[in-house]
Amino acid sequence: MDHFFPPLDLLDTFAMPWASPEDIIWNGKIVAMGFFVCLSCGLIGAFIVVRKLALMGDAISHGILPGLALSFMITQSKALLPMFIGACIAGLLCSLCIEWLQKKSPLKADAALGLTFTSFFALGVLLITQMGNNAHIDAECLLYGEIGFTPLAKNLKWGAIELGPRPLATMAMVTLLIISIMIVFYKQLLVTSFDETLSISLGLPIKAIHYGLMLLLATTIVAAFESVGVILVIAMLIFPSTTASFFFSRMPAILFSTIPLAFIYSFGGFFLARWLDCSIAASMVVIAMFCFGLAWLFGPVDGVIPKLLYRKVSV
Amino acid sequence: MSASPPLFPLEVHDLTVSYHTKPVLYGVDLQIEEGSLVGVIGPNGAGKSTLIKTIMGIVPPSGGWVKIFGQKGKKAYTRVGYVPQRESVDWDFPVSVLDVVLMGRFAHVGWLKRVSKKDRSIACECLEKVNMLSFADRQIGKLSGGQQQRVFLARALAQESDLYLMDEPFSGVDAVTENAIIELLRELKNNGKTLLVVHHDLSNAKDYFDQLILLNMRLIAHGKREDTFTKELLQKTYGGRLTVFTEIAGQAASSQTSNQFPQKHL
Repeated sequence: MDHFFPPLDLLDTFAMPWASPEDIIWNGKIVAMGFFVCLSCGLIGAFIVVRKLALMGDAISHGILPGLALSFMITQSKALLPMFIGACIAGLLCSLCIEWLQKKSPLKADAALGLTFTSFFALGVLLITQMGNNAHIDAECLLYGEIGFTPLAKNLKWGAIELGPRPLATMAMVTLLIISIMIVFYKQLLVTSFDETLSISLGLPIKAIHYGLMLLLATTIVAAFESVGVILVIAMLIFPSTTASFFFSRMPAILFSTIPLAFIYSFGGFFLARWLDCSIAASMVVIAMFCFGLAWLFGPVDGVIPKLLYRKVSV
Repeated sequence: MSASPPLFPLEVHDLTVSYHTKPVLYGVDLQIEEGSLVGVIGPNGAGKSTLIKTIMGIVPPSGGWVKIFGQKGKKAYTRVGYVPQRESVDWDFPVSVLDVVLMGRFAHVGWLKRVSKKDRSIACECLEKVNMLSFADRQIGKLSGGQQQRVFLARALAQESDLYLMDEPFSGVDAVTENAIIELLRELKNNGKTLLVVHHDLSNAKDYFDQLILLNMRLIAHGKREDTFTKELLQKTYGGRLTVFTEIAGQAASSQTSNQFPQKHL
């Protein structure tokens, strides 16, 4: 048990990754990938959480699996676009199935959810195993992701311009898409999340906005799962906004605080993984958990300790 | 040219609503005239909230139709302001008082535009009207029940609608707020707005509204308060449960006293 945790070598953990230009580029890509995953998931997650759909993210992330497998079977390639489309369709189909079961069957909402996404996931596992070795899709990689492989991927090209490794470039584009959608449609997203009836009386297409958000969620998860896996991506959806809500009680502030939190998660996760020599994605979640714990204890908005202090003062 | 029939702000025809197979509302017909302040009363489970929700299109009817200013469907709702039941609001939602009131302005803001200074000042005026401007930056969960109700009233004002539907705006508010709210409702009415208000306190229903709708799954009566707030009709609406109300029903027949009757719902 002596060396359950390896001793923390400060130089090796914090300085060595940035020792040479090659190292900086290599590790920088990994951290940047982590940053974009946390940022995009955190932004969309803020709305998912206030809509009480956190578990829908879980469901969609598992539901995309058969879509990935099928699009690979059909196109026989790991080309980005077909995989993306397949996964998005499967993810949306999964969420539609859940809603349909919740509305049209006597099943309770949580049971309908658990039943549907596990079915989708099992179907996906079956398909992938059937394809065997020629698939080059590793089931383990799907579950846990490997953000460390980011720099290994081929560069994505746009005309003559090299945009960087495929997962990183995709994630950056998805992040950009999310940010622009949130800037343009902020008020619609806010009001439909807060008050469905008011949205109706404002003449907003609440269904279209809901499925638009689901599609955006599926897109984010598809872009992110390769790096952090289908399980840990949920953490990235839920942690940032819930942590921020102990500091701020307005949506814009919560959305903006996703940026510093994404920095903390990605760098913190990277260093922790380097120290312990373990999965970067899991380390990012552990860091996120740690931040959440601190926020919950000390956050000025309903944090445990400020609340106790406040009660003492007011008594 | 023939004179066009009068355009009712709200017209409901043969409205039937059922949850699963159990009917909640049955064959409700209503015509509400412009500029009336109408109270909807009836026992628990009578379908008062369901009526409002069906009018708003949240609950699909199994039969009949709703017309708002002569229009059916989505477009009609843009002239409706809605004050939800307190229980149906997520009070932990990360929005401030001003954010909520500004949402009422969204109908007046273009799809891709941001709220303007003018919208902001209108929102502040509405908050001032309900005496809540000093709380503009407060998160909505950090308010008392009466304050929360006033925020939603301010939002409805900010919508500048022509027809208002309110689901128990007096629930959980103190006497001062209650008076302020009823003053506001009367002011809206005097400005030609039409208001349909779900209310469950029989003791003051007669003082608050000039028209009453008595509802218990079916429409029992709709008309001027003098004609509807009668012993027989109330008995018909509340059925066997009226024992506690007989006293009020007695009052209804006699004078217009506004004593506070403790409300118990079982």
